[in-house]
Amino acid sequence: MPIAKVNGVEVEFEPGMTVLQVAERAGEEIPRFCYHERLSIAGNCRMCLVEVKPGPPKPQASCALPAAEGQEIFTNTPMVKKAREGVMEFLLINHPLDCPICDQGGECDLQDQAMGYGRDGSRYQENKRAVEEKYMGPTIKTIMTRCIQCTRCVRFVSEVAGTPEIGMIARGEDAEITTYLEHALTSELSGNVNDLCPVGALTHRPWAFNYRPWELSKTETIDVMDAMGANIRADSRGPEVMRVLPRTNDAINEEWLSDKSRYAVDGLMRQRLDRPYVRVGGKLKEATWAEALGAVADVLHGVAPERIGVIAGDLQDAESMKAAMDLFRSMGVKNIDCRQDGAAIGGGARGGYLFNTTIAGIEQADAILMIGANPRLEAPLLNARIRKSWLWGNLKVGVIGERVELTYPYEYLGFGPATLKAASRNAFAEVMKNAKAPAVIVGMGALARPDGGAILKQAADLAAKFGVIREGWNGFNVLHTAAARVGGLDMGFLPGEGGLSAPEIVAAAGRGELDAVVLLGADEIDTSALGKAFVTYIGTHGDAGAHRADVVLPGAAYTEKPGIYVNTEGRVQIAERVVFPKGEAKEDWAILRALSERLGKTLPYDTLADLRHALINDHPTFGQVDYVVGPATGLDLGKLGGKGDIADEPFASPVRDFYLTNPIARASVTMAECSAIRSKAPALAAE
Amino acid sequence: MSIRRLAKEQPASFAFSKDTMAKAKWWISKYPEARKQSAVIPILWLVQKQEGWVSEPALRAIAELCGMEYVRVYEVATFYTMFQLEPVGRVLVQVCGTTPCMLRGANELMAVCKEKIGHKDHMSADGWFTWQEVECLGACCNAPMAQINDYYYEDLTPESLGQILDDFRAGKKPWPGSYAGRHSSEPAGGALTLTDPKLYDGSLAKPVKLPNLPVPEKA
Repeated sequence: MPIAKVNGVEVEFEPGMTVLQVAERAGEEIPRFCYHERLSIAGNCRMCLVEVKPGPPKPQASCALPAAEGQEIFTNTPMVKKAREGVMEFLLINHPLDCPICDQGGECDLQDQAMGYGRDGSRYQENKRAVEEKYMGPTIKTIMTRCIQCTRCVRFVSEVAGTPEIGMIARGEDAEITTYLEHALTSELSGNVNDLCPVGALTHRPWAFNYRPWELSKTETIDVMDAMGANIRADSRGPEVMRVLPRTNDAINEEWLSDKSRYAVDGLMRQRLDRPYVRVGGKLKEATWAEALGAVADVLHGVAPERIGVIAGDLQDAESMKAAMDLFRSMGVKNIDCRQDGAAIGGGARGGYLFNTTIAGIEQADAILMIGANPRLEAPLLNARIRKSWLWGNLKVGVIGERVELTYPYEYLGFGPATLKAASRNAFAEVMKNAKAPAVIVGMGALARPDGGAILKQAADLAAKFGVIREGWNGFNVLHTAAARVGGLDMGFLPGEGGLSAPEIVAAAGRGELDAVVLLGADEIDTSALGKAFVTYIGTHGDAGAHRADVVLPGAAYTEKPGIYVNTEGRVQIAERVVFPKGEAKEDWAILRALSERLGKTLPYDTLADLRHALINDHPTFGQVDYVVGPATGLDLGKLGGKGDIADEPFASPVRDFYLTNPIARASVTMAECSAIRSKAPALAAE
Repeated sequence: MSIRRLAKEQPASFAFSKDTMAKAKWWISKYPEARKQSAVIPILWLVQKQEGWVSEPALRAIAELCGMEYVRVYEVATFYTMFQLEPVGRVLVQVCGTTPCMLRGANELMAVCKEKIGHKDHMSADGWFTWQEVECLGACCNAPMAQINDYYYEDLTPESLGQILDDFRAGKKPWPGSYAGRHSSEPAGGALTLTDPKLYDGSLAKPVKLPNLPVPEKA
């Protein structure tokens, strides 16, 4: 490897690195505004000036200068300091002095770097420029006078998000950042531009003037809004989660986060179930824990196990599902299911329901066939990965399902099962067969339907024909939409011998064949169709499940309990408690533990640690935290799926409205606003 | 230069004329299919030629023709000051106000424009004229000057510019070029150098020895 000297210290570097990267490798911090390691290089802020020998005797922008063998780089000479101070002075000419009222204050690159390179006063006598505010949508607040034209936002939306809607108009002193005619951004990743903005020009609109960064307690945890398991940092003040920011994890979310994961947190303070309720005379009345648990126990005692159904929802942690599974199995209940959408997966080999290529691994694929998946809505960060791979490589994508905008071009093959049946013979089949690393992504749009098993079989057969499993590569992927699903499948939260699946439980309850239904945070089933069954709802929000419930047992949301989640690629991650449950609410596993005592089937664990111990004992995969099997999964594609007739219904993604997929998001004001704006055709912003 | 914004009142739609479309296609054909956005500036010119200015529907039409995002065309159209983002009169007077022209009397020309047409950058009420102050048009030898529609009118005085504007208003087509009797940009009072007639009768001709010719090898 070539060697360069940074401030006299020799550093090895890889060919192609820039001077800035080499200096960082040597431990020197280079100030910068426009440079961002995940975006293309713009080189327009000039803050990263360094002195380089050999070369012209003037400062050089290190972010855009390729490093060379034998180069001498100086980052701390008087020339460098003076040059950076000059740049800083120019930047501050037109930057307002409004840090005390700026939301970026305290975590502002310009503020921090002005401490190092700023003058104590201004020499500028002329008027400062002022720029009109721009409308960019419900997630972005703009104070454009603060903008320093780094163009990070412009590059992010065109490169990563794939919705090139922000641009820099006019020129010179009049240059302004705006969206075309001030339309709202149509990206699911729009909030990231607020993170990227090095000054306070773009800030988080939902959180405007709500907090100062230094007064928040920061907790590193896991997101549950989709099945990606994005790493987040939840910042709280008192009982409230004030904001959620992404944590860097190159294996999952890089350093991005979808708008739902980020801005749905205001839903954690609304519509909350903060005390138990019991339905008396048709109305839910406040009750004590003793009354509520007693009411549930009284009913469940008198019901035969085969007339009880248990459904777990999309946001459940593995511990509570384990507790529920142990409790109801011990009572002899067979009608238990974690797939409230009725997806025909699970039961067999783990690789049959995982995203085996892994989220980071999908970037290696050179041909992807999507079957009933819309990753843009179901997993926006995965979609950004696929876009990245298309942008920098030769990725070819084929889609069977809905014809939607995915932010990269694809070959549209057809809408449903008929196309799937013939997919081994169409034009895209050649692309798949000739690919070095072909991948198939099967979405819930294809599996969460009555004929899902047969479709899974067809998809698996097709994948086998394309040879997606080969040495060091497993291209068979199931894209989940729910954070709880893989955890549930891993522990076998599935109907027992002769038991009913979730849709069958709902149907049977509607027919009066079930007397009691327990909903563990399950709100996305048709709760109005549960007939006369006695419904116990354990959950967090006054959503569909709680409205139908006869007894409501208030649980803890994902930020209020430590919990294990398994993401779509099978990665086990542990979420931490950020704040305490609201009011009298308890952690879900503790509720089930208390209920088990009333039912005379006391669960054999008294603490969460005991429960986790039991969980890992029974299902060892839960012990492999942050480990992903990936291509090593031994998977027999021939064994997947089931038999049956296939209806020629088009595949349709279960995510109809990206912003309103779970009870937390549905309680969020921000998500409601995003949803309302998205459902309208792009219209001109109000003057 | 003031902040460039799209006009408040915009037409409902825009359509390329047959001629404009043919020329636009020719420009696009110069570039590889994946790089056809390279033709955006020539096409903006063509549209401005067709309509007199560039409207918002036209920006979208150009974006679709070139396979670009709307905002990218918006960026280009607002960057270059030669693209008119508001309707202009039939006669567009662009008076150069940069230093050489300013020293030679551009301010007086602008006073004439102000008197005869009205405010800078505003179309006259009758729809005939718009006048603008522009930066150097590269005809400093013939300062002061103005570009009127497609042609340069040079060596102007307040009187000659007034006459030119009156002629345009009367429907005439004043001849472009110098209004001080010059052929092009030669010295105003006739040539001051290279006046020796011997330069032109061949008597000074002699063989030229170029300093770096190779020395012929001796046989």
